[in-house]
Amino acid sequence: MLADTYASEIAAILSRYPIKKSAVLPLCYIAQDEYGYLNIDHIQEVADILDMPYTDVYEVATFYSLIYDQPVGKWVLQVCDDNPCCFTGAEELVADLEQRLGIQAGETTPDGLFTLQRVKCIGACHRAPVMQANLEFLYDVTPDQVPGMLEDLAQKVQRGETLSVSGRFAEK
Amino acid sequence: METIRYENGYPGGPANGYGSEFPNPFLTEHIVLRNRDYPDIGQIDEYMRRGGYEVARKALTTMQPSAIIDEVKKSGLRGRGGAGFPTGVKWGFIPKDITPKYLVCNADESEPGTFNNHEVIDFNPHQMIEGMIMSGFAVGATTGYIYIRGEYAYGARNLERAIREAYDKGFLGQKLWGTDFDFDLYVHRGAGAYICGEETALLESLEGKIGQPRLKPPFPAVAGLYAKPTVVNNVETLANVPMIIERGADWFRSYGTEKSPGTKAISISGHVKRPGNFEIPLGITMRQFIYELADGIRDGHELKFLIPGGASANWLINTPEHLDLPLTWDDLAAKGTMLGSGAVVVLDDSTCVVAASMKVDEFFKHESCGKCTPCREGTHFLVKVWERIEHGKGRASDIPLLNDLGKEMLGKCFCPLGESAVSPVASALKYFADEIRQHIELGRCPLGASHPMPHVAAAEGSAYTGAAMPPAR
Ligand SMILES: Cc1cc2nc3c(=O)[nH]c(=O)nc-3n(C[C@H](O)[C@H](O)[C@H](O)COP(=O)(O)O)c2cc1C
Ligand code: SF4
Ligand code: FES
Repeated sequence: MLADTYASEIAAILSRYPIKKSAVLPLCYIAQDEYGYLNIDHIQEVADILDMPYTDVYEVATFYSLIYDQPVGKWVLQVCDDNPCCFTGAEELVADLEQRLGIQAGETTPDGLFTLQRVKCIGACHRAPVMQANLEFLYDVTPDQVPGMLEDLAQKVQRGETLSVSGRFAEK
Repeated sequence: METIRYENGYPGGPANGYGSEFPNPFLTEHIVLRNRDYPDIGQIDEYMRRGGYEVARKALTTMQPSAIIDEVKKSGLRGRGGAGFPTGVKWGFIPKDITPKYLVCNADESEPGTFNNHEVIDFNPHQMIEGMIMSGFAVGATTGYIYIRGEYAYGARNLERAIREAYDKGFLGQKLWGTDFDFDLYVHRGAGAYICGEETALLESLEGKIGQPRLKPPFPAVAGLYAKPTVVNNVETLANVPMIIERGADWFRSYGTEKSPGTKAISISGHVKRPGNFEIPLGITMRQFIYELADGIRDGHELKFLIPGGASANWLINTPEHLDLPLTWDDLAAKGTMLGSGAVVVLDDSTCVVAASMKVDEFFKHESCGKCTPCREGTHFLVKVWERIEHGKGRASDIPLLNDLGKEMLGKCFCPLGESAVSPVASALKYFADEIRQHIELGRCPLGASHPMPHVAAAEGSAYTGAAMPPAR
């Protein structure tokens, strides 16, 4: 249970705010890292910790795009396809990744390693094509880097490294 | 270009712009982007070696809060987050007799094309933290939150590191520098919603709700976070405060223009040779910015149009009238567009106007918070029409339809996001109606770009080459 496993982290988060409810996003992030995504039971757990109605947490979990309401891969690859990235290589990068991973954007590979998503501007438009892997930036991605990058990410999973799809972990 | 920090064989690490190896002909010294001059200024020891936190100490121990507000008022500092409202005036609205008060730093930065706060957050965090301490003291806020977009995970960690450093030195916490002033500062990560950059939606989000804007008034200054008086300021706005207090309003006014004093960090992206962030004295022209700082349009192409203030702004085109516009809030407003958060997106003659418009409206459709009908439904409609044209199925009636949709949305949306979705419609129809008409009649892009995406034939300068072409969608 989150309340036990993450007791000290949750206490530290709650101490920052005068009301418990403000901690809903940080707690959703913790739950998401623990369970991979948020289903009804996970949402109920967060709601219980915060004394919030279930529906209020549900609403939040479905409003924000970085809170996933469906299972995602160990690595969520997010390519910005917004103006101006789409005119400086992003579309080609998405196509390349789709081909290599054998999935369409929005899908997860059958082995559960990668989810590929198109996202809107991530604030690094000058270094397109740009993407994030579990919210860590990868800038100026070139075709020759892609196979090595995917291999490297897959190896991290194989080595059993602790990953956070929510980008939550402090300096590793 | 700067060296990319390689992590595990692929590029990672913080977003950089250009370092000291690239001199800025318009400034002898960077103010906001000081990491350009002092690359290690993100570390507290280096920041302090450069005089950091000394200004806050002096201000807290020798100045009255009202004197800080007055100096900021005199400096004419305008909010860097988009609207350009005078910062000192905003602080002056905070009622004295209600406690507690809050200071919120808006580090949500999600406007397409905007990444100037990103650099400050990653490379010069102490200057914004020092600015927050001083602003908190000036308005009497004892708690500060930095609301940072969820996507800036590195930035959030970096801010937390910098905040820890400041606590360790006693610059945050209780009785700062022996005064009676206490100030606590926390990082709060958003979770992927552009609308949370709008200040009232941000406050809702910080209170644990979905990020939908509130009706104003009451303004946050009176009833903001937890219904208490709250100042919401942008990263860059706050990062300007220590320098203004250190060197005075007159010094600050030696940069920029009478009504837009100071400097501004502006992001430029798209089809220029040197995309990145540049700090400029407000008032240099768009032409100087694009051709002298960003080194002009990539070879073999010409400027087609540019979006001057992030996706929300009306476009400018390749005419002297537009290129010679001084970069200030008022000059751009006078031409019906805006400086916004300081983002210039430049697109050259290879760009399909339909595709570009569709992309802008896709963004607003994706980010509409759903609170009001004109925006929620209107953005969907706009994208549908653009998509139809893009896919070669446009109808002659689509041009008047786009026009009508725009008219139905303008002035009827609850917050500025919905209205912003009309800017590509208005701009594309104003400057490129013929191209759109041709696109409809031919059932394909008149520029010969392959559709659907990518629209740009793999031109030189396209960062990604040799990749598979996308399957038709
Ligand atoms: C849709 C929308 C998005 C906004 N996004 C941001 C943002 O990402 N960062 C920001 O500082 N201001 C943003 N603003 C402006 C804020 O509402 C607010 O004016 C600003 O944070 C005030 O700070 P300033 O006075 O220092 O500029 C946005 C406004 C709107 C309407
Ligand atoms: S205009 Fe759009 S973003 Fe703003 S309140 Fe309406 S639906 Fe929400
Ligand atoms: S448009 Fe892609 S990162 Fe900004």
